[in-house]
Amino acid sequence: MNKIGLIIEREYMTRVKRKSFLLTTIIVPIVIIAFYAVIIAVSISGESNTQRIAVLDEANLFNGKIETPAKDKSSYFFIHDETEQSFKTKYKDEGYTLFLYIPHSYNKDSGQIKIHSQAAVSIFVKADIEKKINEAVEKKRLLAANIDPDIYKKIKADIEVENTIDSGKGEQRGIAGVAYAISFIAGILIYMILLIYGTMVMRGVMEEKTNRIAEVIVSSAKPFQLMLGKIIGIGAVGITQFAIWIVLMSILQLIIPFIFPDFFQQISNPAVMSNPGMQQVNPGKMVTIIQGLHSLPIAKMVLCFIFYFIGGYLLYAALFAAIGSVVSEDQNEAQQLVFPVMMPLILGFVIMTKAVNDPDSGLAVFGSLFPLTSPIVMMGRITFGVPAWQLALSMALLVLGFLFFTWLTAKIYRTGILLYGKKITWKEMWKWLVRKS
Amino acid sequence: MQNILEVQHLKKYFATQKAVDDVSFNIEQGSIFGMLGPNGAGKTTLLRMITGIFFPDEGSITFEGRKFDAVNDIIRIGYMPEERGLYKKMNIGDQALYLARLKGLSKAEAMEKIKFWFQRMEMETWWNKKVQDLSKGMSQKLQFVTTVLHEPKLIILDEPFSGLDPVNASLIKDEIYRLAKNGSTIIFSTHRMGEVEEICDHIVLINRGSKILDGTVKQVKQDFKENLFMVGFEKEPGVIEPNAVFEISGTKGDNIILKINEDYKPHDVLQYLLGKGLEIISFHEILPSLNDIFIRLVEGTPLARQFKAIDA
Repeated sequence: MNKIGLIIEREYMTRVKRKSFLLTTIIVPIVIIAFYAVIIAVSISGESNTQRIAVLDEANLFNGKIETPAKDKSSYFFIHDETEQSFKTKYKDEGYTLFLYIPHSYNKDSGQIKIHSQAAVSIFVKADIEKKINEAVEKKRLLAANIDPDIYKKIKADIEVENTIDSGKGEQRGIAGVAYAISFIAGILIYMILLIYGTMVMRGVMEEKTNRIAEVIVSSAKPFQLMLGKIIGIGAVGITQFAIWIVLMSILQLIIPFIFPDFFQQISNPAVMSNPGMQQVNPGKMVTIIQGLHSLPIAKMVLCFIFYFIGGYLLYAALFAAIGSVVSEDQNEAQQLVFPVMMPLILGFVIMTKAVNDPDSGLAVFGSLFPLTSPIVMMGRITFGVPAWQLALSMALLVLGFLFFTWLTAKIYRTGILLYGKKITWKEMWKWLVRKS
Repeated sequence: MQNILEVQHLKKYFATQKAVDDVSFNIEQGSIFGMLGPNGAGKTTLLRMITGIFFPDEGSITFEGRKFDAVNDIIRIGYMPEERGLYKKMNIGDQALYLARLKGLSKAEAMEKIKFWFQRMEMETWWNKKVQDLSKGMSQKLQFVTTVLHEPKLIILDEPFSGLDPVNASLIKDEIYRLAKNGSTIIFSTHRMGEVEEICDHIVLINRGSKILDGTVKQVKQDFKENLFMVGFEKEPGVIEPNAVFEISGTKGDNIILKINEDYKPHDVLQYLLGKGLEIISFHEILPSLNDIFIRLVEGTPLARQFKAIDA
């Protein structure tokens, strides 16, 4: 029907052409990424390149010598005949960027090892120095205990446990952590999509009602066409926005390494990454994550995401449209009326947070089948492997739910948009529902 | 003349009230038809059924000799509802284009018509403006243009002059006449009788969901006349004694208003007055205004705004 086409076109074009759309679609992700980039850049940049570090080693931890690998840009200089207090004022003038002070006794009670600097030391430099000190201390203690450091290295254990899932397709690499994160993100994303674009539909309907254009339009097109056109048009705006975001993200991901080459150098530096103070990730684990990502059912996830995105959106948009149609001018009223629609949405979110921890619990299974919560909860379960029958049932129920709720809400919508200046009660809405058309 | 619209025993009951209760009327092609009634009489509900927004509970609507088809016939109808509006943030040209295309015009046709009408109504410079930047009168004009743009056979205007200044009101009035002359039929719904008297050929009066009056403006006035005449004299006529022919019901300077008694004719009045040697300079019948008729009919119905209850 080309009337729906026209309505979709209008809903889509007026929104996409708006300045605010451009702003949120293009500038927001750039701002977010730039924000993180700046944070990262600040934390790793500055003195990290070529540090001249003055070391006052009162405890004689290093025996006057610090091993520096070739790629290490920092250089260490031992100083003598100074105290922390006396040298603190001088190191900058003598051309040092940092001043490392190691007191005679360096346990927590009697005094700590300190790095003096003019500005905050980057985490990478700090981690590097800490690592060197810890190695030196370990070596000293081993010698004191009469243990050969080489033998100790052989004894030290660093064992990882792997989890394999015995699904029909043979063994899969353990992916608990990765699956957890991806599920959670996908669930939140769907939740936000439903909320943001659902509200957009509601506001659009309210606009039509308060502007009194609804009656003008329904003398040309059926209310149902108007409602469906709006829902699809705004859905298309959402898809456009996501497509632009994905493209922008990918471009930025390609560009960032060129802008901040140091960052990736540092990240790939195992010495820094493996430091326990820094991050619980070592190169071995990085590989596991990447392998985990590869072993995830990516194609299935993407397809499910698209399906639940569209299905969930259509269902909730219909509900939000109905709410928008019964709201009179009062904004507070909208908040009251929208509450019953928000409930299942929030419920879905809560079940999803449980489902990522225990994907096969009864609650999670129920939540992923019930059409009002399934878009969110199923995305939370999908990475853990969901039986095919559950997925099929969930999808079928979602489609049925969408048809049912659209039919139901169209009845409310049809009456609601033409009723002005009157507060509509739940009882009246119920009457509209049961009334024969 | 053929009837463009025939409405037979139309009924629409809402949950607790009879919004339209067995209303029938016919509208001649090319006429200007007035639908009168106090606020909340059921006019809007009636119009919504004629425009296919509501389905009647009972009764039939015949449009151009065939059963009214809500889906296909609405493109031949232009409806300007009382509660009207436009998209505030959309620019005016796009808005007119959108509404015209919803009525089934192709893009090229619509553009052509919009240009014609914008020029006609002196709105050419508005194209890129937004509705929120227009005054109330301006947006009313735009609303009128979007209603008639697709050259509908039947144009329904619900309170078209509300919010218009006299200049714009007469501009739109002239357009209404012109459209009617060119063959469009106009339904004009209002509760302002002055406008109706001036414009309409035929009227129906709706109150509490029912039709209480139907006829041409002339006929209705004849039906409700009270045989009042105004007589103008050359000079103060002095005391006119009570007589069998008429009763005096008021004086206005040198004029008197009199009511002719039954069985007598205006001719008898003149004869009587001339026989008294009075010099008459004017003599004409006072017909009731629609406003008087309206008030007389509607008054006394308890709370005109209320509908009859279903089980009453």
